[in-house]
Amino acid sequence: MHGPLRSAGPPMLLRAEALTRRFGAMLALDALDLEIAEGEFFALLGGSGSGKSTLLRIIAGFEAPDSGRLLLDGHDIAATPPWARPVNMMFQSYALFPHMSVADNVAYGLRRAGVARGDIAARTASALAMVGLDGFERRRPHQLSGGQKQRVALARSLVMRPRLLLLDEPLGALDAGLRERTGFELRALQRETGAAFVMVTHDQEEALALADRVALLDGGRIAQVGAPRAIYERPASRFVARFLGAANVLEGQAAEGRFDSAEAAATFAGAIPAGTVAVALRPERIRITADGAGPNTAQGVVEDVAFRGDDSLVLVRLSGGATLRVAHAEEDGAPPERGASVCLAWDADAVVALAS
Amino acid sequence: MTGPAREREGHRPSRTHPAKGRKAFGNRDGGRLLVLAPALGWLVLFVAAPAAILVAIAFADSDPGVPPFRLALSVAGFAVLAEDTYYLDALLTALRVAATTAALCLLLAYPMAMGIARAAPGRRVVLLALLMLPFWTGFLLRVGAWIGLLRDEGWINSLLQSAGLADAPIPLLYTEGAMLVGMVHAYLPFAVLPLFAAFLRLDPSLGEAAADLGARPATVFLTVTLPVTAPAAAAGFLLVFIPAAGEFVIPELMGPPEAQMVGRVLWQEFFQNRDWPVAAALAVALLALLLVPIRLFQRLEARP
Repeated sequence: MHGPLRSAGPPMLLRAEALTRRFGAMLALDALDLEIAEGEFFALLGGSGSGKSTLLRIIAGFEAPDSGRLLLDGHDIAATPPWARPVNMMFQSYALFPHMSVADNVAYGLRRAGVARGDIAARTASALAMVGLDGFERRRPHQLSGGQKQRVALARSLVMRPRLLLLDEPLGALDAGLRERTGFELRALQRETGAAFVMVTHDQEEALALADRVALLDGGRIAQVGAPRAIYERPASRFVARFLGAANVLEGQAAEGRFDSAEAAATFAGAIPAGTVAVALRPERIRITADGAGPNTAQGVVEDVAFRGDDSLVLVRLSGGATLRVAHAEEDGAPPERGASVCLAWDADAVVALAS
Repeated sequence: MTGPAREREGHRPSRTHPAKGRKAFGNRDGGRLLVLAPALGWLVLFVAAPAAILVAIAFADSDPGVPPFRLALSVAGFAVLAEDTYYLDALLTALRVAATTAALCLLLAYPMAMGIARAAPGRRVVLLALLMLPFWTGFLLRVGAWIGLLRDEGWINSLLQSAGLADAPIPLLYTEGAMLVGMVHAYLPFAVLPLFAAFLRLDPSLGEAAADLGARPATVFLTVTLPVTAPAAAAGFLLVFIPAAGEFVIPELMGPPEAQMVGRVLWQEFFQNRDWPVAAALAVALLALLLVPIRLFQRLEARP
């Protein structure tokens, strides 16, 4: 049922058009539009209730949208049952069949597809080798560690050679030490197989580190979609700026290329288009200086300092009342003491204008 | 009942060495022994002692006096069982009827348990209450109701005749069918409850994963749902099978006269023939036969 790879197709693999899904009074997906290209690693990022899991379940076929279209290669698959979709999913709980061996788990989909016996054995073996689990064929899921279960789940979906693999919080259940390594392995597998990976995660670091493109979801809509660096450095709204890397967001008034913020008691100069309602300033772009005046500087008192290894997080209460998070790099010397009066300065290109 | 087995999962050592765990617990805390004393006393008085008396009578000699036996060490009772195929037939009939009852109960219990487990929590309580409702009315009353439905002048026959579907009453009562209806009715909850617990625990993403890998709903059921819930089904089967094998009332009131199940034969030997050693020997034989499935059931309960 998994069609052959088409040699000359449109680069767009999956397109969602005005997808809407309601659960009682809650709007899980609000006329959401989305495009996913052939062979890209795409992350759906958002908090709980943002609609990211509903979207993934609609793509897999476990939920039906109330309205809207879901096109795979230009064909509407919204009414196609999950067993007939050339899409596979890795579940957050891994959902390994507890009564089957590792090999039988991996071979399950091939058996359903009526693949010849010899091919099943060969493809199962190569899928297990791909995730580094050769020799585990006869184990039962309860004899595996969390990381090994995750690999079996991955092998079980990848053995189907899907064009689109859905991953529900793929690193969520792993120990911190295992996450980084598994993340790199996921990317390597994605490049190796050429399949498009769509990952759901609530962890912005994970999304930024792994994905080619990230869509940040909020209230069933896409708040912003783009390459990780682009949406990290150029957030479009207060929500995106706050969600990604906890930027400082300051309210104020825009006026002719400048932005006056009363709560910061500072003036921001830079690319400030008309209609700017707030500005974002990343903690790592703020310098602590001995003195300063004029635009793109502020005065404040150090409220607290937290050592984080490669830098220290300094909380500075500005004279206007707002508190700024400032990342003070170790190579810039010792961070200021709690209670010290400091001057803050930043470059014009660090100021990100937010329109909403 | 599968719940406690699951809770124990976290304490593997105590489960793999149950004897050790029990000993330590007895030595450490006399207070707990005090709490257990009523239960222990109950078991000794009403399980162990009657069983001992039963075994003693089984090896006694028959006697025309009161009580109708003399304590001895005789195997005459068992010899009668071995010689007369009547008793063996009664045992085999009982096992066959009990197995049929348990199988029919499972067949009904699967959709019921799945439906109850998948219902919304509020509705689930109502459905469970409906399942247990028959237990709150008298057992004999319910058998009486079945008799009223099934007898020649009963509701079903009147309905069939007034609808012109039958000229004369169809004999429904006192058939093996009527007996099985009564047995299934009485024991169905014992099959539904363990399956319900299993479906409640069943990770719904297992079925979704199977569907995602290309399995249609029927295949999902056969390859995933059924094998994963099989231990609970086996538990339900045995929970019905064990009491059904010794059932006396339903075969007596609803079954065909020729259905000599062991429960009925026991009754006859004790109260009509007054041959207590043979009756006791038969009861011991039934107990010995049922120990096999009981042991199986315990092993299922102890599974990880």
